[in-house]
Amino acid sequence: MTGFADAVALAAAHGRLVVQPRMGMASPLEMRAGLLAVRGARATTVGTLTVDSYTRVGDHRAALEALHDGARLNGYPIVSHHPDTTRAVLDGLSGFPVQVRHGSADPRAIFAALAEAGLDATEGGPVSYCLPYSRKPLRDSVGHWSEACEEFSGHLETFGGCMMGQLCPPSLLVALSVLEAIFFRFHGVESVSLSYAQQTNADQDAEAIHALRTLAARFLSDVDWHVVVYAYMGVFPRTPSGARLLNDNAARLAVRAGAERLIVKTVAEAHRIPTVAENVAALENAAAAASSVSFVSSCEDNGVLAEATALVEAVLELPGDPGTALLAAFRRGLLDVPYCLHPDNAGHARSHIDDTGRLRWSSVGAMPIPRSAVDRSGTTTSSTHLLAALHRVAHQHDARTHRGDES
Amino acid sequence: MNNLVLLSGTASDSHTWNLVYLQLLLEEEGYRVVNLGACVPPVLLADECEAEQPDLVVLSTVNGHGYQDGPRALAEVRGRPGLAAVPVVIGGKLGTGGPEPAQADALRAAGFTEVFDDDTAITRFREFIAAFVLASTADSVS
Repeated sequence: MTGFADAVALAAAHGRLVVQPRMGMASPLEMRAGLLAVRGARATTVGTLTVDSYTRVGDHRAALEALHDGARLNGYPIVSHHPDTTRAVLDGLSGFPVQVRHGSADPRAIFAALAEAGLDATEGGPVSYCLPYSRKPLRDSVGHWSEACEEFSGHLETFGGCMMGQLCPPSLLVALSVLEAIFFRFHGVESVSLSYAQQTNADQDAEAIHALRTLAARFLSDVDWHVVVYAYMGVFPRTPSGARLLNDNAARLAVRAGAERLIVKTVAEAHRIPTVAENVAALENAAAAASSVSFVSSCEDNGVLAEATALVEAVLELPGDPGTALLAAFRRGLLDVPYCLHPDNAGHARSHIDDTGRLRWSSVGAMPIPRSAVDRSGTTTSSTHLLAALHRVAHQHDARTHRGDES
Repeated sequence: MNNLVLLSGTASDSHTWNLVYLQLLLEEEGYRVVNLGACVPPVLLADECEAEQPDLVVLSTVNGHGYQDGPRALAEVRGRPGLAAVPVVIGGKLGTGGPEPAQADALRAAGFTEVFDDDTAITRFREFIAAFVLASTADSVS
């Protein structure tokens, strides 16, 4: 266990959902102030230190130039700042867990920098931080992540349950989250969390989180693990009340489905990077929403667990270690992420939202998913259809709050 | 005129839904689209432009670094043979704090044909590509 994982386990033992913001500022003083504000929120919180986009892609020269020029960066350049600077940011925060968030397909320098600064938690994955976010060949990402994991002794969260942010059917999210966690464990990581991002239908999401827990219990019984839910990552409601409703629903989903931690979004999401105050408000609102519900042990069964199990087993049956198996699986299209433009993704799978608001497969490509799971009614993909699907959750929540219906 | 659009994210931007959507939109308007995807460094963008000789280059970015990344990408493209005059447009969420008209003007001054960075971006972009098709058709007729 690690400081980060210990804190989550302690909160879970007391029946409290841990809530966490997204937050990263270039300035050490602002970063420190942000972390202090999160610690001080009326909620069980952990902190986040998100790196900037230049650091993510390994362009540390551009990050340094931006620091010198006073240009605005969209995060904390943890590799470019001196380790002493980062230690000063964290000074006196001992006992307050902070996770470094980065989005990098080559996290080696970032892992080294966070360890040097005394931090013990980060996130990502060889697939989830390569296919949607990088131009790097998947093979290179798997190699970089193997090395980074071998050197790492802290808590590592898979981002596999968040692929593409939206419109990826839950079974594939669950499978990728489990497969990346298996990859981490193979490379020596002993404390992991598995992610799942809120999608378009609360019942389907609850089923997915139950499936994730079932598969984690089966495949990761020898390591410490917990589940983290992400508030909706797609196009966000534009109204403050719509945004708050969606974020509150994510908190309720997390508790009902038995997740231990939640990454929130703010009312500013649709418009810009949130302020610290907006983040604190989102954390406090999420904590309040979480405390109004409790764990529900049953859920619907529309095949998410069966599909996810088939995907995980198909990959693990391939020869070689988990990284090699993941590479082969993507090469053969046994894993195929809808709408993902990366050259190493087969690109034959498509998805849509059905009339009940659930995510469905339009086509599954070569994935080992039964044809009966394919809903042929939604196969047209025009720009208008895609835009409507991308905005559906936002419009729904904006409209619902306009009617004053908070259900 | 071969109706080819080169569509690309910027060097530091990992988002792709904008690119998936714009590809469909452009294809429905009758363009062929080469979609370079996320995190395209200026040199790769310019290499691809040189190889493809597109009729229009569309940069789309939503990570808040567009005002900084845009000019670097454009400078590299403009420096290549045959690309001094190719129309290049940019759009999305270009700054970390919402639209900044002065920064948009700076992008136009740097040589971007058009900048789509506010609430009307998609509407104006659709109008732009519709007018662009008309103008190209008129060119090829004359």
